[in-house]
Amino acid sequence: MLTRILSVGLLAGLLAGLLIAALQQVTTTPLILAAETFEKPAVVSTTPTPPHSHQGGDTHVHGEGWKPADGMPRFFFTAITTIATAVGVAFVLMAAMVFAGVPIDEPHALAWAIAGFAACGLAPAAGLSPELPGAAAGDLVGRQLWWVGTAIATAVALWAFLRADHPPLVRLGAVVLLLAPHVIGAPHPHAFESKVPAEIAAQFTALSLVLQALLWALVGIGVGLLWPKFAPKPAN
Amino acid sequence: MANTTASVIRTTERSDALRAAGVALILGLGLIFLTGFAYPEVIHNAAHDTRHSLSFPCH
Repeated sequence: MLTRILSVGLLAGLLAGLLIAALQQVTTTPLILAAETFEKPAVVSTTPTPPHSHQGGDTHVHGEGWKPADGMPRFFFTAITTIATAVGVAFVLMAAMVFAGVPIDEPHALAWAIAGFAACGLAPAAGLSPELPGAAAGDLVGRQLWWVGTAIATAVALWAFLRADHPPLVRLGAVVLLLAPHVIGAPHPHAFESKVPAEIAAQFTALSLVLQALLWALVGIGVGLLWPKFAPKPAN
Repeated sequence: MANTTASVIRTTERSDALRAAGVALILGLGLIFLTGFAYPEVIHNAAHDTRHSLSFPCH
């Protein structure tokens, strides 16, 4: 069983990740590079800043540490990390479906993948819209915790709400859980200081969500199509 | 007797599936943590464009 999950996850993640990496190259990456030209002046500052601070009001200052050079190396590492993310998504998707005891086929896997996008893409974006480098942002750890909490709460709420056999009280609790992270509120900066034109930022936010939706959908379709092909051979 | 044997096989299959799903969940979350959240500068810089383009909180 584990071999089957790992094989399907690796293959579905590799295929979905490769496609998304190619799309990133013509959609989000050019916008990130454009945004970096606007944030460059902030790096040449007269006041000493700690290299690459993650705390407080982040100003996205990079230190002297290693980073992939622009061009092919940057594309290569972005592609590798996108594929790794897609493989991770495939593992989590199949694990959730096995735990819930639903059959893994194309319609089910796609439906669960769309729910995964709602939990990890749409719900967190309602509080923390996808941002370009250089945008003013609250404390990174606080934002990450809110993002993870919102994704888990939304995933559990969707599961509790969408199961028709759950009693009404459980479904009502699911709605409360769905809304809770947004009532608590995501950490936000007190001032807005991005020099990137709003049109580029808006375009990036939409593209980022579309790419994440596509990643989930492609992983879902891949898992649904590949799962039956890796069925264990019946013992004679 | 046949029913009991079949149900024992089903229970064994189910617990085997749950164990495999648990391992897959840990591996999957570990991969997503590395690419989307981990702090070491080398990992952050390698995954920088992916984090932004897939809506993970970054700088």
